[in-house]
Amino acid sequence: MYTASDLRKGLRLKIDSDPYVITEFNFVKPGKGQALYRCRLKNMLNGSQFERTFRSVDVFEPADLREKKMQYLYKEGDKYCFMDNENYEQVYLSEDQVGDAVNFMTDNIEVEILLFEDRPIGLSLPNFVELVVTESEPWAKGDTVSGATKPVKVQTGYTILVPTFITEGEKIRIDTRTGEYLTRVKG
Amino acid sequence: MMSDTEHRDDRFYLTRKAHALGLRASFLQSLRRRFAALDFLEVETPVRVPSPAPEEHIEALPAGDWFLQTSPELGMKRLIAAGFPRIFQICKCFRAGERGARHLPEFTLLEWYVAGFDYRDLMDQCEALLIAVLKEMGHDRHLVWQNRRLTLTAPWERVTVADAFARYAPVKLEKALADQQFDEMLTEHVEPRLGCDRPTFLYDYPAPMAALARVKKSDPSVAERFELYIAGLEIANGFSELTDAAEQRQRFEEALRVRARKNWAPYRMPEKFLDALAVMPDAAGIALGIDRMVMLLAAASSIDDVVAFPPETL
Repeated sequence: MYTASDLRKGLRLKIDSDPYVITEFNFVKPGKGQALYRCRLKNMLNGSQFERTFRSVDVFEPADLREKKMQYLYKEGDKYCFMDNENYEQVYLSEDQVGDAVNFMTDNIEVEILLFEDRPIGLSLPNFVELVVTESEPWAKGDTVSGATKPVKVQTGYTILVPTFITEGEKIRIDTRTGEYLTRVKG
Repeated sequence: MMSDTEHRDDRFYLTRKAHALGLRASFLQSLRRRFAALDFLEVETPVRVPSPAPEEHIEALPAGDWFLQTSPELGMKRLIAAGFPRIFQICKCFRAGERGARHLPEFTLLEWYVAGFDYRDLMDQCEALLIAVLKEMGHDRHLVWQNRRLTLTAPWERVTVADAFARYAPVKLEKALADQQFDEMLTEHVEPRLGCDRPTFLYDYPAPMAALARVKKSDPSVAERFELYIAGLEIANGFSELTDAAEQRQRFEEALRVRARKNWAPYRMPEKFLDALAVMPDAAGIALGIDRMVMLLAAASSIDDVVAFPPETL
């Protein structure tokens, strides 16, 4: 169990049978009064948020969450299928659960599946992925201003701003946390 | 609060703090000049003590068999009882578990005590003293903090706790007390509204919320206690001192019982203080948070920005 003094931004708790993450945290205390722990909590299953103020006597159940490496196999209807390479067990995530990660998911990519009480509820990507540019506007010659960018489409269908020298068929490295271009991959 | 990575380079982050650290030094110097002009004696009492004042919501840090002070209150009142009429102290105090954008477990308090004063006299003196110091520091009439522009000229606002609840809280004071929601209501609805046009003294606290203050003769349901708020920040806490040693002992015993229920460290009864209280003249005393005042002066939103080394950087 956690006590109020364990509360901090990012801590994950189980409340009314759902997993929550603390997205904002404030310690408040009138000088002579009692310590209060003001939290904004986000439901990790449905994204709903609420604020609650806890006292120092309150205790909390940790959320049973763990991550497991799995491989993305394919999309079927509105479900995404992943496979645990250790036991070949397959799990499914909905479009909502996958969210923006779909922009960076290629077939067979290895991801971390987030399990709440052994049920898959979400995933996290590697910080960096390499994707092939599949569509690019022709580069207007003479536009050599350093730092100039243009939009291109990568193999997942995601549109991203890249330096103007990038051409169709090239591979680029992308930071999945920001969704931004990092560098050209030679090869 | 700054992130860990920002703390890695002392030179980088201390340079950014140079302005706030300079203001802290000027503020302390200005305060000392003011107190000297008012014929106060600057004193030092021990930081490490065998028996802190037992309070329900303030926990001392152990230091060997003894404790680090949570405030210099007991030592200073022994000096008042011994016949020193006007004393002040600027010292480090320690409170376990207090850490937030406005709290450090080690922080700096200014306390001063005046024999013969009651809490109203002390509010007036506090107001005059801070106006003079702020003026010396270039804040003639106004101060801006977190997009709030305050007027500093006298008179500052004075509002009772009951009136402030009626004005700002969704429930009346009596209901908040009955529901044991006083602190929640105060911090969520009342405090953020206090001292936003000009500094505000919140006064006449419910009697149970004043461990060492005198109960008002004309209304025993309230204690002669006040807090100063500036721009929603709690700055100072003062009161007419309780001088009835028997009543003080009872309140300490009750606080010790509450502490025991929370499994907090047992304190020894501060007997030497209670002996002194029996002969102490009427007096009033106040504790003012130096770090919070520097936050206002430096336009800092976090207390981390006004001390050289928050604990996480050590």
